[in-house]
Amino acid sequence: MKYIDEYRDRELISLLIKRIRHEATGNYRFMEVCGGHTAAIRRFGIQSMIPENIALLSGPGCPVCVTGNLFIDKAITFSHFDDVIITTFGDLIRVPGSNSSLEKEKSKGYDIRIVFSGLDALDIAKTESNKKIVFPGIGFETTAPGTAATIKEAFSNGLDNYYVLSSHKIMPPAIEEVIKDGAAIHGFICPGHVAAITGSSIFDFISEKYHLSCVVSGFEPVDILQSILLLIRQVNTGCPGTEIEYSRAVTKEGNRKARMIIEEVFELCDEDWRGFGSISSSGLKIRDKYGQHDAEKRIPINVKPASDNDLCICNQILRGIKTPDNCALYKLKCSPESPVGACMVSEEGTCNIYFRYGSKN
Amino acid sequence: MCLSIPAKVIRIEGQIAEVSAGGSIFRAGIQFLENVHVGDYILLHTGFAIQKIDENEAMETLNLLREINDIVD
Ligand code: SF4
Repeated sequence: MKYIDEYRDRELISLLIKRIRHEATGNYRFMEVCGGHTAAIRRFGIQSMIPENIALLSGPGCPVCVTGNLFIDKAITFSHFDDVIITTFGDLIRVPGSNSSLEKEKSKGYDIRIVFSGLDALDIAKTESNKKIVFPGIGFETTAPGTAATIKEAFSNGLDNYYVLSSHKIMPPAIEEVIKDGAAIHGFICPGHVAAITGSSIFDFISEKYHLSCVVSGFEPVDILQSILLLIRQVNTGCPGTEIEYSRAVTKEGNRKARMIIEEVFELCDEDWRGFGSISSSGLKIRDKYGQHDAEKRIPINVKPASDNDLCICNQILRGIKTPDNCALYKLKCSPESPVGACMVSEEGTCNIYFRYGSKN
Repeated sequence: MCLSIPAKVIRIEGQIAEVSAGGSIFRAGIQFLENVHVGDYILLHTGFAIQKIDENEAMETLNLLREINDIVD
């Protein structure tokens, strides 16, 4: 398959491992910010291919995982209205809120449907014109343009029954929180698909302000190994910067049209992150111009403050402080079949990935 | 859900393209791309094409990787 097989080439992989072994003369701690990277690293066994003096930590880049309980509680509350249909990404449906999940509510008979894309949600809004369609919008800069496009389309086509509950987030403030937390990291494997939209320059602060290394990486084994090698070189030479490994999809400027539509439909707001609490200017809320498609403005709800399971340590895992093996519930009471916390639900969640591929990979 | 996969454009109709990836056909909104043609590869993310894959860049990186590593060994 094009753009996949070439990056799984055994020969290239073993050449890269050799180089890494040769050049990794110190101790290194790198964080892969994106859940997609964590999944690829464990799935391909990358941690076990590289020397032990290179530690890879997972970060806060799984959108489902960093979605707080309050957001789920709100979506559930919307689902209880007779005239509301919730249209949601499959990952989100199983995430536990304070007391329930969308999946459990669906089994009670509430109208909750899984969609692959916001475009499918728009289609439902067109055919079910006497219902209110609520689309819980989660995801980073990669996903936000799609949601913005659906809002714009609903706006221009007078599709007045389409509403978004937005919890879209932007990546840099969370990375900055991790750095300020003092997680003792030398560099970041930065999210390639966020950068495909934003451009790599949004990560410049990592080296400029904090003197840490940064490589924007693709998601195949060759990509990730090459990124690790580039990070090692930045650390060894003491010259951190922003490098692009994923140059087939990422430029410094990113995707101008997608950036413009985010800017047009959303504005920055303080946002609640699981694991971090509220981070200032890290979320995207719908601008007043498009307020008629803002679920929270159009359908008033009353939601109690959210509560978390005391034993779940998702919050510390998302900050790179702990790993799933440190959790008392891991494997015993918490598994992908019956997840206690968000990190066990998504296929990009660290607990889920460890459960499936083991912690040593 | 943050996954984006490389997919080949097989048909374009206005703002929507039909793309194929891993043997399946998907619908992709292409409103964020400029100059997209049948035969191009794009990154598909939650029903939208978020970027075109640059074939020249891809070839160049792979060639460079091979060369550098050959020299050192
Ligand atoms: S194993 Fe389950 S309970 Fe423990 S941190 Fe992970 S998601 Fe939370």
